[in-house]
Amino acid sequence: MKLSAFAYPAAASIFLACAAAASAQNGAATIFCDDTGFGCITMQPVVDRYNEEHPDLPVKLETVSYQAILESLPVQLESGEGPDGAIITDLGGLSRFYLDITPYVDAAQFETDYGQTLSWLRGSDPDGAAIFGMPTSLTVNGAYVNKTLFEQAGVPLPEEGATWDDWAVATTKVAEATDTDFPMEMDRSGHRFASFAISQGAELVDDEGRPVVDDGLRNAIEKFKAWHETGVMPMDLWGAVGGATHRELFADFLNANVVFYFGGSWNLGKMDAEVGDLFDWEVAPAPCGPSSCTVMPGGGALVAFKHTEHPEAMGAFINYLSQPENLTEVIAASVEIPASRSVGDAGVEYPGASERTQEALATFSAQVPKMADAAYRFQGWRYQRAMMNSLTTRISQVLNDELTVDEALARIETDVNLAIDAARGNQ
Amino acid sequence: MTASMRAGRMLANVAALPARLIEPAMSRVQKTIGIKRMPWIFLIPNLTAVLLFALLPVFINIFYSVTGSDRLYPVDRPFIGMANYETLLDCRNYLQPSTCSRDLFWRALGNSLVFVPTQVVLMIGISLLTAICLNREIRGRGFFRGVFFFPVMLSPVVVALTWQWILQRNGALNGLLESVGLGGINWLVHADTAFAWAVAVTIWAHMGFYTIILLAGLQAIPRDVYEAAKMDSASHWRVFRRITLPLLLPVLLVVFVLCVIRSVQTFDELYVLTGGGPGSATMLMVQYIYEVGFAAQPRNFGLAAAASLLLGLVLLLFTALQLKFSRSARDG
Repeated sequence: MKLSAFAYPAAASIFLACAAAASAQNGAATIFCDDTGFGCITMQPVVDRYNEEHPDLPVKLETVSYQAILESLPVQLESGEGPDGAIITDLGGLSRFYLDITPYVDAAQFETDYGQTLSWLRGSDPDGAAIFGMPTSLTVNGAYVNKTLFEQAGVPLPEEGATWDDWAVATTKVAEATDTDFPMEMDRSGHRFASFAISQGAELVDDEGRPVVDDGLRNAIEKFKAWHETGVMPMDLWGAVGGATHRELFADFLNANVVFYFGGSWNLGKMDAEVGDLFDWEVAPAPCGPSSCTVMPGGGALVAFKHTEHPEAMGAFINYLSQPENLTEVIAASVEIPASRSVGDAGVEYPGASERTQEALATFSAQVPKMADAAYRFQGWRYQRAMMNSLTTRISQVLNDELTVDEALARIETDVNLAIDAARGNQ
Repeated sequence: MTASMRAGRMLANVAALPARLIEPAMSRVQKTIGIKRMPWIFLIPNLTAVLLFALLPVFINIFYSVTGSDRLYPVDRPFIGMANYETLLDCRNYLQPSTCSRDLFWRALGNSLVFVPTQVVLMIGISLLTAICLNREIRGRGFFRGVFFFPVMLSPVVVALTWQWILQRNGALNGLLESVGLGGINWLVHADTAFAWAVAVTIWAHMGFYTIILLAGLQAIPRDVYEAAKMDSASHWRVFRRITLPLLLPVLLVVFVLCVIRSVQTFDELYVLTGGGPGSATMLMVQYIYEVGFAAQPRNFGLAAAASLLLGLVLLLFTALQLKFSRSARDG
């Protein structure tokens, strides 16, 4: 009897507390994020703290795959459904779905901290004043080099300012001397290829937002084809795969099967966790071309969507996350480069990362000032993904002798123009 | 009356309740529309489902194929007439995809026209051979039936990733070849070998399903027919041609139809295995439609809809031809 006298009120209290919690969660704004880098796992502590401080404007994170954000989210948004917000990487492509959060954030601080990258979210109005979200982290393309193989081969490591050709020659010598499978590899990604192409003089897009197919792009494709024909690069990535499929073979670098791997700064965590001290490696400064020594900027942004029923919660959370102390915490946990200027200037300590990884991050960060204008312009272009998809598809066809370089260039221009026409409803 | 009998009667009454409620209503309907029209009343639920989930999507697809823009909402899509079809069919020489405005559409169509017949013929042939072997009194027959059916239970992505690990440069197959002194081949890098493996992998993944159907068909053939043939000293080949094949024909027709449908729909295994490569060597129509409509940015729903309708037309053409040939064969 005693037990039930206490048990029933206790059970009722627990039930009501659970119901209240569930109700609060049900009324929370939902944010899609993946579980790598600046994502759900690293943001969760900040979200928990925010929810405690703002119980009336709750948010919750929902972990989904990167592929879902890339492919399913746009379809959901097209149909007026989907989450209240998300960390996205197709910054310009989804711009028409973003909510202007200017009323909810410190606009002056956003302009100071994110000046250049905010325009990537503005789509067809890059010079506008609307704030459509918060750039989270800045990712940078870059080359990972196996220093141990260079030492074993007795070949000096090319220094800053070395060209792509210098790297091809040096890594070929190393691969031959150490019996390594391949000298160089590059992710099968239009974004990675764009770095190389812009360094060779490609503009990719002009000021009017039309695709540019020039001699720089031609030289890049021709050089790339020659490297695949001579075995400097394996056909496994760009040659063996078709369509717009993204593919990485970073495992080749982790297993010391390749001397030089052109990937992205987001692989640093993997290097730290899986390679450790098994071999000596470093991130090389961006290889140069006749035009520049550029890599491509990239990264994600946390945006709120127009259809949200919780604009205030989304705005309040984005403003909260953008505060230097919160942002620094997430950046440090995700081992990434901050997109915020003030956080970058203050410097971020990465307590969980090794010394080598911290050096690599410093090298990646040092590439930011060297990025060409064309790289920034291409990154913020609404039709960037259309061109990147076309680049991967057409270059694969060139490598497999389905198209000549001239035909590929014509196809790239046609593909992007058709995409622009389709978006405008002309076709 | 025992308790169990009472319970049974109560259950029967409850079960008959809907009929008792519906019966007066149905008899009223029958009086109004006449007994000849009554079957239509019973068809309404199924017809509604077919209209909603089969016919309506076809009409929506037709609508999308004649409208433009990357918007999904019909009201946001301007009418552009046959522009999508013109774009797809714009070709100087249909035998040379490079001369076509949308060369990948023609390459994918060409690949599908080679892939589907090759896969269907091999799939049915190998499944039939396996079913005949498994129909014999061999030791461990149950085990082998399980072995052949096992891949059917795997997710297509698992199938593709497993074969990728086997076929890639440093994969299991090359390891095996090198261990016996043979050089490895980069199977997925060359167009011919990649296409051959695309066919082989999809056959491996699905043949168990058809084998089981054919096995059931073989077991339905009366044993005494075979015993009579044995008494007449008929050869195995003659028994197969004169008894097995004719009696299995209805099952084979079902298998053929299912196999063609699945083959045309092939997408996930190849998308993960090769992404349609090398170049466009293994890109099939469904992948092209997916890439144009969903993977590309901006999404060209209109072009994807037009491509899917053209694929539907090609399939209709082949179905008509197949029906014509099978009727001619039946009529002698």
